[in-house]
Amino acid sequence: MAERLTVHDPRGYPPKVVGRRLAPRLEGLDGRTIYLVDCLFDNSDVFMAQLSQWFAEHLPAAHVRTIQPRETWADDAEMRARITADGHAAVLGVGL
Amino acid sequence: MALEQDGVPTVSVHTDVFARLARATARANGMPKLRQAFVPQPVVDRSPADLRAYIDGTDPVSKRPVMREVIEGLTRALDEEDVQGLSFERTTPRLIEPDTEEGLQRLFEENRWTDFLPIALPTEARVEAMLKGTSHPPDTVVGRLRPAAFREFWEFTVEKVAVNAVMAGARPEYFPVILALAASGVTARSSSTNSFATMSVVNGPIRGEIGMNSGIGAMGPYNHANATIGRAYGLLSQNLQGGSVPGDTYMGSLGNWYAYTAVIAEAEERSPWQPLHVQKGFKPTDSVATVFFGGWYTHAGYGPRATWQEKMRRSLSAVEQYSPPLLVLDPIAARGFARLGFDTKEKLIAWCTDNARLPAREYWDNQWIQYLMRPRAVAGVEPFASRFKAKPDEPIPIFEAEDINVVVAGGETQGAWKMISGALRGIVSIDAWR
Repeated sequence: MAERLTVHDPRGYPPKVVGRRLAPRLEGLDGRTIYLVDCLFDNSDVFMAQLSQWFAEHLPAAHVRTIQPRETWADDAEMRARITADGHAAVLGVGL
Repeated sequence: MALEQDGVPTVSVHTDVFARLARATARANGMPKLRQAFVPQPVVDRSPADLRAYIDGTDPVSKRPVMREVIEGLTRALDEEDVQGLSFERTTPRLIEPDTEEGLQRLFEENRWTDFLPIALPTEARVEAMLKGTSHPPDTVVGRLRPAAFREFWEFTVEKVAVNAVMAGARPEYFPVILALAASGVTARSSSTNSFATMSVVNGPIRGEIGMNSGIGAMGPYNHANATIGRAYGLLSQNLQGGSVPGDTYMGSLGNWYAYTAVIAEAEERSPWQPLHVQKGFKPTDSVATVFFGGWYTHAGYGPRATWQEKMRRSLSAVEQYSPPLLVLDPIAARGFARLGFDTKEKLIAWCTDNARLPAREYWDNQWIQYLMRPRAVAGVEPFASRFKAKPDEPIPIFEAEDINVVVAGGETQGAWKMISGALRGIVSIDAWR
């Protein structure tokens, strides 16, 4: 019978994951301000322009604004504050 | 996810190849049911009509209309799990259930803990022997790594680094170099779609102490220390950061041969110039590891011959402008440049900086420059703001002097040089890990 070996596990130590709640959802989008967040990936501005057009055609009572963060991959607190202040929902894209 | 925390309902739209990654990231951030919608890949280079068709079409992941996913994501009432999120603890054991060598080799491959070359199994005796290569206790925390800026950090100890060093086939005397690379905070297994690799340069006395090669075949595969230190850096990165699994924790489209192993020692004694670590403020007697991040392109040349300037300019204009060059010169080539008046690395770097130019329209057409640097240019951050103001055909400098680095290595069988994509990301004392 082949010898049985004891070996080490090569993986590091993952952090504890703390559950975070989602924000309350809206009952409808009419009259609401929806921010389309262009995450600055290549061509995402074109995607967001098309998405804005879709809302204009299908949900004309929603107010749609496109916004960009200050920098790619950075949490733009100023942008978030603006969305939180006068927005009711956000669609982010397109990318990771 | 921050917006959800701020009380704003969101839907994030991704391309379908990132579905596993997007969901894993949401889960690791405690929001496994973060609302997401997916469109086909790619978005880049698609026309407005193509993108509108994506929006009007079907989510390739859920098989439901994309806009139904978006609208319902913003309006569908929350259930209990949405409200609570998901808290959990993950652990990794110190030891694995005993098995045969064959069974364990299979287990390591199936779990993607290897680079698919044969590994030395990290038995207790081998790990204990590796730990003798440092004075630091096994439970000392070395650092944290993650595959991308949006992923969570995983932490690791000296013992965990030793396990991966054993797997790579390294010897205990190499261990301080491997610990220094692990402590750099730079992963050798970035999950970027750009297929980055790291290349590391070792300077100082330890090169000789452990028999590293800076001569013939310096870039491999002709030296045990060079080969296994680089491999250990790759293995420890993928295992200690929580994986490097295609489609989940690795998204590099092409992958990268440099990622198997890429470590060299600088040929300090045969170089006409200051060693890299001394340039960066260390003493000549310090042993230091420097990590470069890139590995996208490699240009090569000889010289300096009569037309060296034309050749070098062509190479500099052909680099990816987002990833600056690391110049590796054989001592013959280095001495040739010194004879031309480049008696310091800084002078050669200054020439390269002056001559690395592209027409502005080409510079800004690069997708990474556009999405990473353009926002900075618009915000007035230099040097990007000046580059952004240039007329389309105006040749603009594409690097700053501090972006470019020069290292001397090679066996003097030829006056060769290589220009390799490599941004300096970390410089770490090896002596601190002895």
